[in-house]
Amino acid sequence: MPETLERVPMRDPLTDPEQKRIIDEILERNKNIPGATMVVLNELQSRIGYISPAMQAYVAQKLRIPLSELYGVLSFYSFFTMTPRGRHTVKFCMGTACYVAGAPQLIEKAQQILGIRLGETTPDWSITIEECRCVGACSQAPVVMIDDDIYGRVRPNKLPQLLRKYQRQ
Amino acid sequence: MKAIRAMVLVSGDPASIAQGAHEVYQRLQKEIKAFGLQDEISVSMITDVGRHDALPMVIVYPEAVIYGPVKPEDVHFLVEEHLYKGRIATRLVAPKKELSGRIAWLAARQGTLPAEQRIVLERVGLIDPDEIEEYIVHGGYEALGKALTQMTPNEVIEEITQAGLRGRGGAGFPTGLKWRFVAREKRTPKYVICNADESEPGTFKDRLILEGDPHNVIEAMVITGYAVGANEGYVYVRGEYKLAQARLRKAIAQAREMGFLGKDIFGSGFDFDITVHAGAGAYVCGEETALIESLEGKRGEPRIRPPYPTTHGLWGMPTVVNNVETLANVPAIIRHGAEWYRGFGTENSPGTKLYTILGNVNETGLIEVPMGITLREVITIYGQGMKNGAAFKMAQTGGSSGSIVPASLQDTPMDFDSYARAGVSLGSGALLICDENTCVVDLARVLMNFFRYESCGKCTPCRVGTERAHQILTRITEGRGTLADLERLEKLSQGMRQLSNCGLGQAAAVPLQSMLQHFRAEVEAHIKLHVCPAGSCPMSSRRVTTAA
Ligand SMILES: Cc1cc2nc3c(=O)[nH]c(=O)nc-3n(C[C@H](O)[C@H](O)[C@H](O)COP(=O)(O)O)c2cc1C
Ligand code: FES
Repeated sequence: MPETLERVPMRDPLTDPEQKRIIDEILERNKNIPGATMVVLNELQSRIGYISPAMQAYVAQKLRIPLSELYGVLSFYSFFTMTPRGRHTVKFCMGTACYVAGAPQLIEKAQQILGIRLGETTPDWSITIEECRCVGACSQAPVVMIDDDIYGRVRPNKLPQLLRKYQRQ
Repeated sequence: MKAIRAMVLVSGDPASIAQGAHEVYQRLQKEIKAFGLQDEISVSMITDVGRHDALPMVIVYPEAVIYGPVKPEDVHFLVEEHLYKGRIATRLVAPKKELSGRIAWLAARQGTLPAEQRIVLERVGLIDPDEIEEYIVHGGYEALGKALTQMTPNEVIEEITQAGLRGRGGAGFPTGLKWRFVAREKRTPKYVICNADESEPGTFKDRLILEGDPHNVIEAMVITGYAVGANEGYVYVRGEYKLAQARLRKAIAQAREMGFLGKDIFGSGFDFDITVHAGAGAYVCGEETALIESLEGKRGEPRIRPPYPTTHGLWGMPTVVNNVETLANVPAIIRHGAEWYRGFGTENSPGTKLYTILGNVNETGLIEVPMGITLREVITIYGQGMKNGAAFKMAQTGGSSGSIVPASLQDTPMDFDSYARAGVSLGSGALLICDENTCVVDLARVLMNFFRYESCGKCTPCRVGTERAHQILTRITEGRGTLADLERLEKLSQGMRQLSNCGLGQAAAVPLQSMLQHFRAEVEAHIKLHVCPAGSCPMSSRRVTTAA
């Protein structure tokens, strides 16, 4: 596995000294804890923003687990992503209440406006769109979560305005 | 704790925050300071006041005056009038409205709704969750002291068994019995896990407990550990619940500092500590064995049972897994005794139950009511009746994994046994109330879509069954179903129920079966007449004209 590291692509977090330091710090703190894989991945996801293939190889090696096992865990949980995200993440709640209140139409609209599909990021790296599970704000359905802000009762005709605001930020 | 004469609460649910609750909160702090009142008045943000018509709200105790909507620029006036001069700032008082099942209104409504009882939510919304002192002042950690210094582990288990506490995570398994299974295991170390992976759509009771009263759950876990002989606990919190995680971490640190966690608690020689573990977005991790796999750092795929976690849980060792709400009952039971607890609820399901009411009712929100209340009572008293005077048609209990309860069962007491006898289940405590304009096929399709998405894919009946069922249901809603499809659904649901590896696949079959059992005529109308009697399926208008 160490061979993989020699092919670390440019602009990978591992080639950035500051980010590499963060990665190493997280690994160091969790290295001898049994079952730390998920803890490490959770921290990497929130501090670095995604877990690149090179990072996966690096983490697997440091945690002394097979890369396949790490990949298995990574791909299982919806929080973890393997590609970088935009500056803002727009999540559409697909819980029962929001689904019924028109979340699919909102997603359709967002895809049209931004010209990307769910799970993708706009070319200018401003916005990533995805769906998410019930966020517990059902009385406000349909709900859109942008970063940590929750927008309730979002109507399709209000969406362009909302998205544009974040795209400009 | 400082002697405070008034307490100010600001609603901090997402909708309030979107409307400027943070600014109101900061302004309040500033203004209170400006009037030199900071030592006599406390200000806290609370999670959900359960009312959504005048946000953000500010509630002032002890008078329990509810102000709303409050804008940042109103704060100065409010503080000057009410807190400084002691007059009610009438101009800002929220519109009058009978409040049902609300968290913050305890003092305001005491006695107005006799059916409502608070055991689990006793302090939620009334204390500042970030201050351990407030918890202690309200009787916190008393139960722990009593258990550790006056009771043997066996006596603790006996008290819980006598109280008849049953698991609130969905299955209703007797908690005392579960603890006994773990206690009698000789192998150590043992573990206590609090299941806070609440992910059923529409269910947010556990979040409100953790955000509003984290110490209650911590205290319960230490008591559990003492009873079963475990020294380590984990709280597995749903990844999205960032505030709950932060509050728990803070509460754990405070408890450690005060000696309620750590070594030699209350000088009893008993050690216990708790770790918070964040989930990462997988519904199936709420299933206890999947949760354990996830805690071990693996893919959250359920294990084959038996063996059960009580003998082979975390790292293969004996483990108690309990739901947040279940645990939140424990300190009160130890404090007041089993006899007291049995005074609430029914013979076989004592105590209270939390429900989140959603759907076509006038009032939605979280309530805590005694076990055995009926759906009719929930709808008329707490839901304030059906919206627009429509007729009640069915309720979907327990988020997705519950049953579809037809109107004919609205007078059946809601407790574990009565519901089981009627062939339905209480589930996780969400009550999606649907009126006559909701189509049962469409509802089933939406639920199936959830399961299809969340199936972990480990076993075939669940992975393929949910996908197939979703296709068939979609077909029926579009008016392209056949009678043979009904048989297919029947077979599928049987297969999923009997052959699925874990509760997810089994639960997915439940709405299908309820639909076929109670609403067959409606489903057949879609197929034979190409009509959606509720008028909500897309095919209805199109097909009706061709048929006519
Ligand atoms: C698919 C699935 C999801 C579940 N999700 C949860 C959950 O989110 N929270 C929970 O407490 N129990 C959940 N359970 C039930 C747990 O497996 C377990 O029965 C429960 O945590 C036991 O606690 P109790 O005895 O206190 O109810 C789920 C079960 C299944 C099959
Ligand atoms: S279903 Fe969207 S917030 Fe609950």
